[in-house]
Amino acid sequence: MNQYIAPLAGGLLLGLSAIWLLISVGRVAGISGIVWGSITGPDRNWRWLFIAGLLLGGAVTHMVIGQSIPSPSGAPLWLLAISGMLVGIGTRMGGGCTSGHGVCGLGRRSPRSLVATLTFMAFGVITVFVLQLINGVSS
Amino acid sequence: MKAWPALVSGVLFGLGLTLSGMSDPAKVQGFLNITGDWVPDLIFVMGGAVVVTVLLTPLVLKRAAPLMADSFSLPLTAALDKRLIAGAILFGTGWGLSGYCPGPAAVSLLYGYKSTFVFFIAMLLGMSLEGRFSHWLSHSER
Repeated sequence: MNQYIAPLAGGLLLGLSAIWLLISVGRVAGISGIVWGSITGPDRNWRWLFIAGLLLGGAVTHMVIGQSIPSPSGAPLWLLAISGMLVGIGTRMGGGCTSGHGVCGLGRRSPRSLVATLTFMAFGVITVFVLQLINGVSS
Repeated sequence: MKAWPALVSGVLFGLGLTLSGMSDPAKVQGFLNITGDWVPDLIFVMGGAVVVTVLLTPLVLKRAAPLMADSFSLPLTAALDKRLIAGAILFGTGWGLSGYCPGPAAVSLLYGYKSTFVFFIAMLLGMSLEGRFSHWLSHSER
């Protein structure tokens, strides 16, 4: 069970982060929206501060707590480029990602976020299944 | 509104993403691999996060206003439309291909891996092209 303490603690921190942003300044902690808004939006200051904090928090985990840095994605660069394009188009079109729909939207009991979350989870599962099939055939 | 609370929120989010293992794309793909060698870790991540937001969000929204801003800025759209579904399908597919979604990709920029930069630049490009893509999609339906 110990191996699940860090994931659970991390999850609780993600939830608290979202609640703090909501109660302090009334904003949704949706990363796709914050990243895009930091470039294009009005009210850029809080978004840049959020991103700076995000990087700082990540650095603390690895430098202070001493957790090892994960290996890079094993996918070829062309596949990462396609993946990034799909994530970029999809999160803007669908109005959110894992954080905005998955963490914040479900918390508000938003039907849109529930539908979006179930849909992107399902397609994530299908995509990994297909990748496994292709890898199985080619190896 | 005050901007500094966003820094606090960002730090908590960055800690959460890295501590939980969400910033490890192999772990995320392992979690999505339910028919193969399934890695259940992220159930605890999503579960932990959603328990907190489901319990506390209604209490927060009972307030007339946030502590340091004039009003809550929440999404106004309520429609379950094609854009929502199509967007979630594209996002889920992209997420499965690499194991990166926007938050983990952003925090992983710290590690200096070329693969993360390629993903992140492509994501920004995709975000900037979304308008044209949606326009093309809505016209090709007719």
